[in-house]
Amino acid sequence: MATDSIGNVELTDSTPTDATAFLIEPPRKRTKTTAGRRSRTNFEMLAWLFMRLSGIVLVFLVLGHLIIQLVLDGGVSKISFAFVAGRWASPFWQVWDLLMLWLAMLHGANGMRTVINDYAERPNTRFWLKVLLVAATVFTVALGTLVIFTFDPNIS
Amino acid sequence: MSTPTIDETAAPHSAALDAAESGKVELITITLRIRRFNPEEHPDAVWVDYQLTVDPKERVLDAINRVKWEQDGTLTYRRSCAHGVCGSDAMRINGKNRLACKTLIKDVNPEKPITIEAIKGMTVLKDLVVDMDPFFQAYRDVMPFLITKGNAPTRERIQSEEDVQRFEDTTKCILCAACTSSCPVFWNDGQYFGPAAIVNAHRFIFDSRDEGAEQRLEILNDREGVWRCRTTFNCTDACPRGIEVTKAIQEVKRALLTRRY
Repeated sequence: MATDSIGNVELTDSTPTDATAFLIEPPRKRTKTTAGRRSRTNFEMLAWLFMRLSGIVLVFLVLGHLIIQLVLDGGVSKISFAFVAGRWASPFWQVWDLLMLWLAMLHGANGMRTVINDYAERPNTRFWLKVLLVAATVFTVALGTLVIFTFDPNIS
Repeated sequence: MSTPTIDETAAPHSAALDAAESGKVELITITLRIRRFNPEEHPDAVWVDYQLTVDPKERVLDAINRVKWEQDGTLTYRRSCAHGVCGSDAMRINGKNRLACKTLIKDVNPEKPITIEAIKGMTVLKDLVVDMDPFFQAYRDVMPFLITKGNAPTRERIQSEEDVQRFEDTTKCILCAACTSSCPVFWNDGQYFGPAAIVNAHRFIFDSRDEGAEQRLEILNDREGVWRCRTTFNCTDACPRGIEVTKAIQEVKRALLTRRY
């Protein structure tokens, strides 16, 4: 027993060795190894930058969109299939809506990614929430893009 | 003959001093509500109230000392210099991170119970003592020491007043962990470097004598680096040294952006 405890002295850290003590579960540990796995990419910086830039652009795109759709020319009551068809006949509105779709979806998805990183503690939960997020984002962006480019005003 | 002269000069002085000292002391009764945790007794933490009579101009640390010395010797907390220099006694007082040795009782609403608990986001070992290892590991990870190339100069490394001012604010850090343990990002993700580590990286990144800025910026460019900062300013509010912590983090972000573009 005495030799054991002497032999273990250098190995034991601050965790209590007393058998009667309740185990203190460290919520997380920052170790030398966690600092070691470095990604060497600028992804986080680019994501941060994207949020700022897309946010500025979206202010104009979304406010313009809302004013056109809901305020000018009789407001929301004017919106119909014909109204949308008329707008999408012009490449300008196609680009506008496409840009708005992509920026808003990526901006929102990146924000959600941040929320997941902040609040999901278990690695598995994090992983599956992000899979779900990516799937939803890709689906929405792909479907929206498809509709904008293949929109047929003469559909019956 | 000299004796009465001394008495004459000494007496009014000490009388005035006595009046100044005793005249303003109005003792009040306060309640310290301390979050106690002893893993050898119970797995859960409990709030325990302690009543004591104090001078409101005393510090919270004085009151905690009185509890330990006069009421319950098992109360465990860290303190060392007791004058806001060593950074040992950062704790959460009335829900805000402060140094107990720099907080006066009159400033924390003594009419109500004063709540005192360990700083958040780190493993509590006992009562107000937390495991600071992750905090100091993050500090070590940013390499908080002078990095230079070539031979050391025979004389001191000269620096202009302007160059000193560039990072002077962040040299004031005492590593008390009040900022890092007030950061909501750190609460939820212990892998985040935290404000204190970034402040100490800032201290060297913007030091004109240092040549390791690129390495430190690369470390803080990582997934758990400065980009996790949400600019909630909790760190700036918590810092007992008045360091503009959030500003320092933003300056590191800007340095990362302008370094390449």
